[in-house]
Amino acid sequence: MYFDSVAAVLAMDGHGPYVWAAYGITLLVLAQLLLWPARRLKRLRRELRGEVRRREAVKTNSVETS
Amino acid sequence: MYFPGPSFERSETPSIIAAAMWTFFHKLGSPPWLYTISGQILRWLLPAALLALVVGMCWGLLFTAPDFRQGNSYRIIYIHVPAAVVALGGYYIMAIAGAISLIWKMKMADIAMLAAAPVGAALTFIALVTGSIWGKPTWGTWWVWDARITSMLILLFLYLGVMALYEAYDNKVAASRACAVLALVGTVNIPIIYKSVDWWYSLHQPASIKFTGGSTIDPSMLYPLLLCIVAFYALFACALMANMRVTILDRERRTGWVRRLVEES
Repeated sequence: MYFDSVAAVLAMDGHGPYVWAAYGITLLVLAQLLLWPARRLKRLRRELRGEVRRREAVKTNSVETS
Repeated sequence: MYFPGPSFERSETPSIIAAAMWTFFHKLGSPPWLYTISGQILRWLLPAALLALVVGMCWGLLFTAPDFRQGNSYRIIYIHVPAAVVALGGYYIMAIAGAISLIWKMKMADIAMLAAAPVGAALTFIALVTGSIWGKPTWGTWWVWDARITSMLILLFLYLGVMALYEAYDNKVAASRACAVLALVGTVNIPIIYKSVDWWYSLHQPASIKFTGGSTIDPSMLYPLLLCIVAFYALFACALMANMRVTILDRERRTGWVRRLVEES
């Protein structure tokens, strides 16, 4: 470890705000990059499950009425 | 009956290789195969990429010595350079996928091109923002209209342009074709980005890592940087595959395999 204390890690001899802001923004963007497709996939699968259920409902209805 | 004779036997070995290659390409073009295999790859690649990222970042942030001239602000290199490298590498992938979809009308290449655009845009954005933050303590300014920085900004607009162009068309076949052409034309910008620090007088420092000749970076700083570059490439691959999976499922929603997949879950 290069730094002596947590305070030194945070301060980075005055460059702390720059370094930590850069890392913070990067992690935020990377997280969004991975969460965005995961959320879309979940929504799409829910939508497709709904379609399957509707189709089955139509099928059983038509059987009952005939 | 006609037998091809000796010429057939001589060409047997290459034909086996060719057949294997064609089977592979055929599989690449098969949506269910790509959907399944990408799911299996993501299951181990994503954790591995995140682990490499955490180790690389901690290594660079906490365990390396500061730069003798730039002090601790140089630690931004461990995210700035990987983001920029992969933003450029991602453009190749997008442009090549665009060319394949344009020439051979391969549907999966089209999906790959469209999946690469937002990932590349995000990485270019990271490179620009971290560069800007790094510039303040080092150059004394957030932004300069410097050759390297301006050409990277154009790269961001190219990525965003591909995304916007696809949305602008109602006819998605025409949209894909227009996106592929834009992606291919935009490759002109790539050598300009690489060479910008040599061609123009620039505030931006020249490349620290060189494939030919000696690098101007100490090994103690180089290893965490290389690890971060590997991590960013792996994350790019993960995000690309994740985006592709959504589009595959969406476009194939009327097919039997998607129905079976949904019914099973």
